[in-house]
Parts: sequence; structure tokens; C-alpha cells
Amino acid sequence: MSGEIHEGVHRHPAPTSFIRKYIFSLDHKVIGIQYILLALAAVLVGMIMSLLMRMNLSWPGTNWPILGTLFPGGAPNGVMNPEFYLSLVTMHGTIMVFFVLTTAPQGGFGNYFLPIQIGAEDMAFPVLNMLSFWVTFVGFIVILAAIFFSGAESTVGPIGGWTGYAPLSALGAIAGPGQGMGMNLWIISIAIFCVGSLLGALNFITTLLNMRTRGMSLMRMPLTCWAWFTTAVLALLSFPVLLGGGILLLLDRLAGTSFFIPSGLYVSGVLTGTNPNFPLHTGGSPILWQHLFWFFGHPEVYIAILPGMGATSHVLATFARKPVFGYRAMVFAIFAIGLLGFFVWGHHMFISGMSPYSAVAFSILTLAIGVPSAVKTFNWIGTLWGGRIRFTSAMLFAIGFVSLFVAGGISGLILGQSSLDLPVHDTYIVTGHFHLVMGVASIFGMFAATYFWFPKMFGRMLDERMGQIHFWITFIGVYAIFIPFHVMGLVGMPRRFSSFDEYEFLNSLDPLVLLASVAAIVTIAVQFLFYFNLVWSIFKGKRASDNPWEATTLEWTTATPPPHDNFAGILPTVYRGPYEFAVPGAPNDFVMQTEAEAEVASGNGHERHRH
Amino acid sequence: MATSVTGTKPVPQRVGGGGPGFPGPNGKGPRGNGWKGRKGPRRLSPAAYRITMWVVLAAIVMMFAALSSAYIILSSGEQWQPVRMPRMFILSTGIILGSSFVLEFAKRSLKQGRSSHSLRLLSVTLLLGLSFIACQLMGWRELASQGVYFASHPHSSFFYFFTGVHGVHLLGGIAGLGYLLLRMRLRLQLNPERTEITAQLVSLYWHTMDALWIWLFLLLLIWK
Repeated sequence: MSGEIHEGVHRHPAPTSFIRKYIFSLDHKVIGIQYILLALAAVLVGMIMSLLMRMNLSWPGTNWPILGTLFPGGAPNGVMNPEFYLSLVTMHGTIMVFFVLTTAPQGGFGNYFLPIQIGAEDMAFPVLNMLSFWVTFVGFIVILAAIFFSGAESTVGPIGGWTGYAPLSALGAIAGPGQGMGMNLWIISIAIFCVGSLLGALNFITTLLNMRTRGMSLMRMPLTCWAWFTTAVLALLSFPVLLGGGILLLLDRLAGTSFFIPSGLYVSGVLTGTNPNFPLHTGGSPILWQHLFWFFGHPEVYIAILPGMGATSHVLATFARKPVFGYRAMVFAIFAIGLLGFFVWGHHMFISGMSPYSAVAFSILTLAIGVPSAVKTFNWIGTLWGGRIRFTSAMLFAIGFVSLFVAGGISGLILGQSSLDLPVHDTYIVTGHFHLVMGVASIFGMFAATYFWFPKMFGRMLDERMGQIHFWITFIGVYAIFIPFHVMGLVGMPRRFSSFDEYEFLNSLDPLVLLASVAAIVTIAVQFLFYFNLVWSIFKGKRASDNPWEATTLEWTTATPPPHDNFAGILPTVYRGPYEFAVPGAPNDFVMQTEAEAEVASGNGHERHRH
Repeated sequence: MATSVTGTKPVPQRVGGGGPGFPGPNGKGPRGNGWKGRKGPRRLSPAAYRITMWVVLAAIVMMFAALSSAYIILSSGEQWQPVRMPRMFILSTGIILGSSFVLEFAKRSLKQGRSSHSLRLLSVTLLLGLSFIACQLMGWRELASQGVYFASHPHSSFFYFFTGVHGVHLLGGIAGLGYLLLRMRLRLQLNPERTEITAQLVSLYWHTMDALWIWLFLLLLIWK
């Protein structure tokens, strides 16, 4: 924090040693890129796991020699065990939700662009920011360790799904394969992740409240900033709950307490208290874990998607060359979604033995989220309406986001009602729903963000042609994967089964299962094109100007890539809202936030142009 | 007219378009109007530390709220066995309550510039904090002598767990208090503003931990 003082201009000197500059950096931009790299590594692991799952579902019993070599316990002779499959389900979900959907949108892009978009030189607490990344990184290492520590148990990690339902997760090794060290490491990893996210969240909140530059009123912030802020608040209030629950779960496993283990449990042929491996447990409640988990889990869904919504709004306005339709409504919709997100956790538990009266309350609150969601959707469409749309890759992914959000959200209206949810709960329709709306939509938001901000981050444009190919194959591919899931779910195909050979009534679904698998393979293959594009463009891409998209917000006023202190020592002054495109009478079709006067000859008097 | 297209507050009109001639009314600080025009190196921002402390406390309170609801849910179970409140916990409740008052007096005298008096009161607070921890540990022994152990049943687990987690958080407060004492003792008056903020933050944290313990104590005592 030391620096030389010049007259009114103050620059932070950039660190010069490799370690301070790239590894333990205090620069929010470097930390943001570190988060993105972490997410890119994690998503690769998660994607390969989903590929293995699809292979097992479509071609069960096939011999994959490479699997047999890598996991002699889990895939003897190259044929996958059911336990191996179930641990894949668990690890795929955990890695994707925590280390991809939570890190890239918030820790990655949020870290990089929130300070720049509000005109700050850095985050409020750079050291905390660095810690937040490295704590998260340790969490990732621990979850990877879970893969290998479970090797002897014929799995690639614990079995229990990303939700880790008790009592299975609370019992320890006696409960079966993967429930020993693997599950311990899983819980520890999640707890570490909670701490890392909390450190990040408090930095985001303080930075946004306290570091905005001159003139950057709250209602002049880009919607991305609103989204990151709300996400940080959600993380702040929900991660402590998971952390508390996780500690209780770990105590049940390691200290013999009974928070989540009911009395008189009979597991693997052993009654509780009759065997030293299974000490006496009494008086716990497995449902309690579900309450604690989902009180975190539902806000977590919005932690994943809100930044994508912010990026989508941002990109749509820029490439439709129009202001965001209903900026204020968008801000309140973000808040409303975040707020309601804390009161709907019960809709994950309709079949867990819930009073029908609470179920109705949870249903009504859940459906109420449809209102702000619809506000956002209609405002996105309103933004596109009549715009002079530039179909860049970023824009395509943003439009794709809207499409996926609608397509995935519609089934939310079904699953949110307890009466309709009961028959389809734990079927593939749930899997299809959350993959579309939470998984793929969030990722599309991040793709849009990547194509949009890559030039600012690395000074080179991403290749458009590869981007367009990437978009179309991914877009069609994800629908081809997840729309069939809805059909499978309606027929009654249950989630988390490694094989359906014994269920004759599901045989008619075989072509759909095959379609989903083939689509998954193609979609995953094309992601490597994206990876290639990233690497290739960093070195060979077209050089980017400071404002290649003719956008209006502060990140486009500074150099490309931004200097260490973001604005070369002179913080910008903001004079207007974030999305002033197509302002009547202005010489350009975009007015930067820092422009005090648009030199225009006024056309039509003093009429205010407002939506 | 080219004024603010996206919604902001109404702005004064200027012929020739563009936004308001001056930067908007707000921009910095939680209330959004404290932009002071930063020159020179980044200065200590009391507001940043204050906001962060509130945010940290929100997270901590949220965790205890979750644990408390877990307690309440489990207390309705059939195998729930109430535990008698150890007397040591009653004593410790008195101690931590007293420590908050002493800390408040210490802060007041620091504000009045009587730093040696304040130093003495802060040392008393620290001692009270340490004896609170000691009382909690003795409370554990008292529980154990009743034959109530950590893993006996949920109520006993919560007794140990709540006191343990709260104690760990209070150790944070003790560390903060120690840092403040050290600052004052070593006369780090290079930056009295920083001492002042540290005192504010430490007392905010301490009072919250105090209130949290009272809440946990009443929960364990009454809701059984």
C-alpha cells in the first residue's frame, strides 16, 4: 500500500517478482484470473466425470481398458462398478457446483471487473482477497484428494450426491464404500470452501459500498455490479449455515455425536451400539441435515446464476445498442430473487416427510420467484426489441442464456408445486431442470462474459469464427442432452441409478438415453475448441483496442489490459448511468459513463428520454 | 434530450445534452456521499473496516442462528434428555456481562484521552475474557463429572459444541483486545486514528460475542 506521491496522481507500483506478481498476488485482476483458471481446471474434471457417467448409462457393462488401468478397484477389467458410478455423480456435482459455478462467476469475473466497473484501484482488502483464492484452492486440492483416498474402496470419492444426505454421510466407513476417508475429505473440502467464499464475500460487499468512485451512485452501477453484490450477500448469509452444518456432520462421523443419526439405526447388518465400529447413536435427525443443507443450497443456486444474469444484461445492452430495458426493475428483481431465495429451501424436501401445510407455503414462495424472474426475462427481451443487434459470440451466448433460463425455468414451475413434484421428484426431470437453468445457463453467462471481457483482460480478441462454432454446437448440444432428460423423468426414470437394465418399462427410452450421450460427447468435444481458442487467442488473437465493443462502462475507459492500479492513478469521474446507448442527438450511439457532455446540438427541447 | 437514459435521480437539465455537469451527489461510503477526493497514498478508511466488521458479525450470527435452529429442531425429538445447567456457566455469564461494561468504560475513557486509565480497564476486560474461557472449561469438567459427555446425546453435544464454538470466537476477541493493548502499551501513537478504530471494532465484536453467549445460555437453560 506504499507509493510515491505525485501531485494528485498516485500510482501503486506493480510488484516485480514472479511470486508476488502471479502467485501470491494482491492484484484483484490476477486473483480473478487465478479463480478463472481454477474453474477451467475444475470444469475439465467435472466434464470428464459426466462423460464417464454418460458412457456407463448408454453402454453399461462395456470394457473400457483405460478405466481398468486407472481405477483397478472401481472398474475391475475396465467395467464400471455401480459404486464407481455413484461416486462420479457425487464428485461431478460437488466440483461443478462449488468449484466451477461459484468460483468463475463471482471469484473470477467479479473479482476482476467489480473494482474496475465502480472505479476503484483494487478491492478493499487485497490480502483478504488473496487469502480467499488460496483457501478455495486448498479446498479444491482436498476434494481431489478425496478421489484418490477412496481408491481402495472401489470409488472415486464419497457416495452421497453433492447434497451429502445424512444419515448415509454421517455414519462413517460402516455405511459402505466411499463413506470412510473420502467422505471426511469431502466435508472438509466443503468447509474450507465456505471459509474461502466468506472471505471473498465480505471483500465484495465492503468494496462495493465503500470504494465507488466519484459520481458512481448505486443506481449508476452496471447491473453486473448489482448481481455480484447480491451474490456476495447471499454467500455471506448462506455459507455460514453450511459451514455450521458441515461441522456438525463431521462431529457425527469423528466424535460420535448424533446430530443427524437417529436412534436404533441398523446399518450393514449392525445395530447401533453393538459394535465398536458403530458406537451408540441416539436422538439425531437426518431431516435436520436437509434443512441446513438446503437453507444454504437454494441461495447457492442464485449464487451461481445471478452473476450470469448480470453479465447477460450487460452484454445484451451493449450488442443491442440499447439501454437495458427497465434498469431499476432489473435491480429490484435481482434483490427480490436473492431475498426470496432464502425462503424456499423446503421445495427440495417435499418428499422428505414434510407437513403439507409447510409444503404449500414453500410452494407459494417458490412460485413467487417466477415474478422477478419474469421481470428479468421480459426486460431482456425488451432490451433486444428493436435493437440494432450485433451478433458477436458474446451476444449469442447472452441470448442463449435467456433461452436456457426460460426453458429450464419453466419446469421449475412444475417442480415448485408440491403436488406436481411428488411423482417426479428424484427423476431425470429434476436433473434436466437444474442442469438447464442452473448449470448450463450460468455457464452460458460465463461464456458470454469470457467472449465479452477477454479483450480487456488479455489485450487480444477471441477468435470469432471459433466462437460462433462453439456457440451453435454447445447451444444445440445442451438442449439435445437435457430436453430428453425431461421426457425420461416423466416416464419415471429415477436419478442416480447406474444402470436401468432391470427396469423393462424404461427400455423404450434407450434411444433418448443414447441421444443424450452422443450429444454430451459432441458438446464436450467442442469445449476443447473453446479451450484452444482461449490459449490461441492470448498469443495469436487480433489485438484489441481499449474499447473494441463500443461499450459505455468504466472498464472500457482504461487501457487494455488495465494497469496494475486500474486507472493509472487517476480515478475516473462518473456522470451518467451505465447503459447510455442510442442517446438521441448524441454523436455516437454510445455515451461513456465518464463523458460529462455529449457534444450534441439538441434536437427536441428538454424532453427527457426515459423508459 | 440526452440525459440519463437509465434510471438515476432527476438531474439538472443542461442545454446541449450530456449528463449533469457535476458528478452525482453520491459515490462513496455506505450512505454514498462521502467522496473526499483522494490524493496521495490510499489512506486508512474507517468506514471500510466498520462495514467489514458488521459483515463478519452478520456471518457469525447467521452460523449461530443455523446452529440454534438445529438445537430447537432436535429438542423436539423423543430421545431428548435435558441436561442440568452447570453452575460454572452461570458464573461465566456474569463475567462476560461484566466485561462488556468494563470495555464500554474503557472505550469512553480512551475517547476522553485518558489513555492510561483506559489501558487499565482494557486489561481488566482481557482478564475477564480469559476467566470466562476458564469458567467454560471448568463448566465442561462439571458436565463430565455429571457423566454427561460430548457424545452422550444431542443436548449434551450441544452444550459442549455451543460453548466450544463460542469460545473459539471469543478467542478472536481476546486476540483483538490483546492487539489493542499492545498498540496502546507500545505507544503506537503514530496513528491514533487507527487505535481508535481498533478499539471500536474490538468492542463491537466483543459485545456481539457477549450477546451471543447470553442467547446460547438462555437457549440451553430454558429450551430443554
